[in-house]
Amino acid sequence: MTIELNFTINEKKITLKTEPNRRLLDILRQELNLTGTKEGCAIGECGACTVVMNGKAVNSCLVLAPQINGAEILTVEGLEKDQRLHFLQENFLKHGAVQCGFCTPGMLMSAYALLSKNPNPTEAEVKEAIAGNLCRCTGYKQIIDAILETEGDIK
Amino acid sequence: MKKTFNLVGKPVIRQDGYSKVTGKARFADDINYPDQLFGVMVRLPIAHARIKKIDFSEIENHPSVITICTAGDISGSNISGIIKQDQPVFCDQKIVTPGDVVAMLVGEDEELLRQLAGKVKYEIEPLPALTDPRKALDSDAVLIHPESKSNLIVHYPLRKGDIERGFSQSDHIVEQTYTTQLIEHGYIEPETVIAIPLAADRSVKIIGSIQNPFTARRIVAQALDLPLTRVRVEQAELGGSFGGKDDTMDILSARAAVAALKTGRPVKIRYRREESVLESYKRHPYILHYKVGFSREGKIKAMKIDILADGGAYASMSPFVTWRSVAQATGPYEVENVCTDVRAVYTNNPYTGAMRGFGSPQPIFAQESIMDEIANQLGKTPDEIRWINCLHSGSITATGQKLEKHDVNLIKVLDTAVQKTNFSRQWQACKDKNKSILPFIQKTHASQADKSLLLESEDLVAPDLLLRKGIGLALSYRGCSLGAEGIDAAAAYLSVQPDGSLYLVSGLAENGQGMRTTFSIIAAETLGLSVEDIHYLELDTGIVPDSGPTVASRSTLMGGGAVKIAAEIVRDRLQKFLCDFWKLNKQDVLCFEKNKVFSESDPQKTLRFSEVCQLAYRKGVCLAAIGWYPGPKVDWDESVGQGAAYFTYVYGCQVAEVTVNLGTGEVYVDRVVAVHDPGKVINLLGAQGQVYGGVTQGAGYGLWEEISSADGFIRELNFDQIFIPTSKDVGEIVPVFVEGDDQHGPWGAKSLGEPTLELTAAAIANAVRNAVGVRFFNLPLNLEEIVLKRKLKPGGLKRGSAV
Ligand code: FES
Ligand code: FES
Repeated sequence: MTIELNFTINEKKITLKTEPNRRLLDILRQELNLTGTKEGCAIGECGACTVVMNGKAVNSCLVLAPQINGAEILTVEGLEKDQRLHFLQENFLKHGAVQCGFCTPGMLMSAYALLSKNPNPTEAEVKEAIAGNLCRCTGYKQIIDAILETEGDIK
Repeated sequence: MKKTFNLVGKPVIRQDGYSKVTGKARFADDINYPDQLFGVMVRLPIAHARIKKIDFSEIENHPSVITICTAGDISGSNISGIIKQDQPVFCDQKIVTPGDVVAMLVGEDEELLRQLAGKVKYEIEPLPALTDPRKALDSDAVLIHPESKSNLIVHYPLRKGDIERGFSQSDHIVEQTYTTQLIEHGYIEPETVIAIPLAADRSVKIIGSIQNPFTARRIVAQALDLPLTRVRVEQAELGGSFGGKDDTMDILSARAAVAALKTGRPVKIRYRREESVLESYKRHPYILHYKVGFSREGKIKAMKIDILADGGAYASMSPFVTWRSVAQATGPYEVENVCTDVRAVYTNNPYTGAMRGFGSPQPIFAQESIMDEIANQLGKTPDEIRWINCLHSGSITATGQKLEKHDVNLIKVLDTAVQKTNFSRQWQACKDKNKSILPFIQKTHASQADKSLLLESEDLVAPDLLLRKGIGLALSYRGCSLGAEGIDAAAAYLSVQPDGSLYLVSGLAENGQGMRTTFSIIAAETLGLSVEDIHYLELDTGIVPDSGPTVASRSTLMGGGAVKIAAEIVRDRLQKFLCDFWKLNKQDVLCFEKNKVFSESDPQKTLRFSEVCQLAYRKGVCLAAIGWYPGPKVDWDESVGQGAAYFTYVYGCQVAEVTVNLGTGEVYVDRVVAVHDPGKVINLLGAQGQVYGGVTQGAGYGLWEEISSADGFIRELNFDQIFIPTSKDVGEIVPVFVEGDDQHGPWGAKSLGEPTLELTAAAIANAVRNAVGVRFFNLPLNLEEIVLKRKLKPGGLKRGSAV
């Protein structure tokens, strides 16, 4: 059985036929070749697969195909515009928030979702927003600093 | 000699940062080939058994199974191993741990293959499972690898002075046993590898999340019986490793390669988290018995140390990991009489190997806990007792090595940490304050030998009285690089182009730690360029010499040393060329700075670096060079564990401040001040990142992380059960660098990655002791350890754990 899905990814409209038991993560990585979004655990614990869906950070390994019909999705590939990095990305670089980089796309998307709702978060709010994103390399400090510096207008 | 640096020591943005923040970085599973197949493992649900028959009849004719690879497909050696050859690529005789693989199904539909893998039938003869390392050397213990005649992987004795005389000269003796747990590396990227057959020359190319491409190449070549040149290993972007993507990845590479040559198509293997945790090796659990004799003034007279490491089912890096333990087990103290025995044994547990820290976090936890116990017994503060005993320039270590020819900064890191935290005052204040709870603990459990903190129902305590503050420190020295453990040399290849831009690559591997950036800084500093002028190539075993493994925090010291030599070779050639060109004296010094080259004596003579390269290129000057950095000689007498174990050392001291909740057993780390002497800091941003990351991992090791097993089967297979620290779990971390001079390494830069992790659990344990007045002997210090002084574990396997 296949179903037809209509949704928007990184401001592009997409129509796609797929099986209803496909995960959003598979659709991104395998069907749309958007491999920036990563798989680390497949059970919603590591956050490497985080994307922004309808303004909220979600684990794309836990989202099934039918759920994305009509949705607006932003992935890490959609942050850079006209070859200019998003402030958030620049601050990640400036603060050394990236080591191996495997958690980075998910971190960026959790941070993006936080800042679009709450442009001036406290440190505690930042920690809360990325508490579902595991990073084994950085100890989080430089990631938190990068997000705090991006406060304000993120669009 | 340069006095000031343009780049070294400043914060520099990672070279690979752009690709990583945009999602463009290519990790192994992001790479696909059009006609690729997948390989899916077949395992038997048992920890120890003889294999009698594997029966594929139910699936071998299934249209989705293109082929099945087993030991029979290995044309070379089926038995691999980095040090000892004991690990089969595919098991055909015995299963020795549940992660073992007997076959690999190959086909297009990965999901379907996973289902079919469960349909393989088998006949086995179950053998008793040996899971307690303390029983491994019993005369009636079942042999894990019968061909090695014993379950002993390795035994290192160390004898210095006269241990009995040392104890007889002591006023006091303490004797204690500590244990540490099995933990998972917890890299967020699971293992992935692709093997691509190159039919034209019957060779194979491997791309994967591989920590040590040269080791992978050796294991693959050995399995396929091919010359090393027919196997090319390319490292994909590595999503964390921490020592963990070596043996497992080497064997996965061999399996993929076998299937690729058999089918003539690219074969990809990618592990899910559960499979990764099940099969990959982990950190060694240790049982450490220490007996320490000391004078009433606090001077240590004798140390007798017995360490048993659970190596699990395969030797892997156990011989090297435990070697570091034997060399460093006394801690950074002058001890005249030492008698140490370190043994690693086989069991049917998950196997253990290299992990960041590499045989140091375990002894440090024990030795630093004991130092505090000695201080307590003598009424001294922890810093005082270390002052009395710690190594300084000219001291003789436990291995009989004299510390010289570098800044022995142990006292300096200790002093700095103590001052920054007002340590003794705080320690005494917490101790006095917390005295009030001791009678209460004793009253509650007067009858119990082990004072547990469990409250009884009649003990009503105001919640804020349950929160206790404590401060503790831990101190270490660490031998740099491989030491007498292995052959130690590294290479770098640098090729300047006619326009002044340059390619750089070293034989060591980027593991995510920022090595490429560090090396680019070193090359740029030497040639007076900026980091952007340097294009760091992907590591490929075909383009640069084997430089040994990227382990032991050796990359900056060894690889960085090689990069500097390569850059200096090219600089010297350009210097010579320009002296001729400008008709200067041979002695004239040219400066390479800010993308320019100029003569110090005659500033008129200035050219852009790119112009110099263009001119030199036209005149036929060779602008490419290989830098080779051989480690200085070390020597070692294995029978008594004496010799110059490492050619140089780094020093560190961490102070942890904690709050312990006596009601729940929760330990919160409020602050860690981490003082390290890495020699010289090359990239400040990267160095700080190493400290934040290492301390956080160390806190996880100290407080939460543990992989437990039942009959060899791991209970915790995914991040719902493996508690690695999140953004909310650890308080402030303050990195402090004390730089020291050293003749080795680029401008004296040595190691940092591992020292940052090795101290944290010990410092936390001492802080907890300060907070509650009770010593805990078993890591991790999780809720039940604090409240009950024992570990709660489910009886069997948890539900839903089958893979
Ligand atoms: S892969 Fe989705 S949360 Fe880990
Ligand atoms: S940077 Fe490696 S997991 Fe976060």
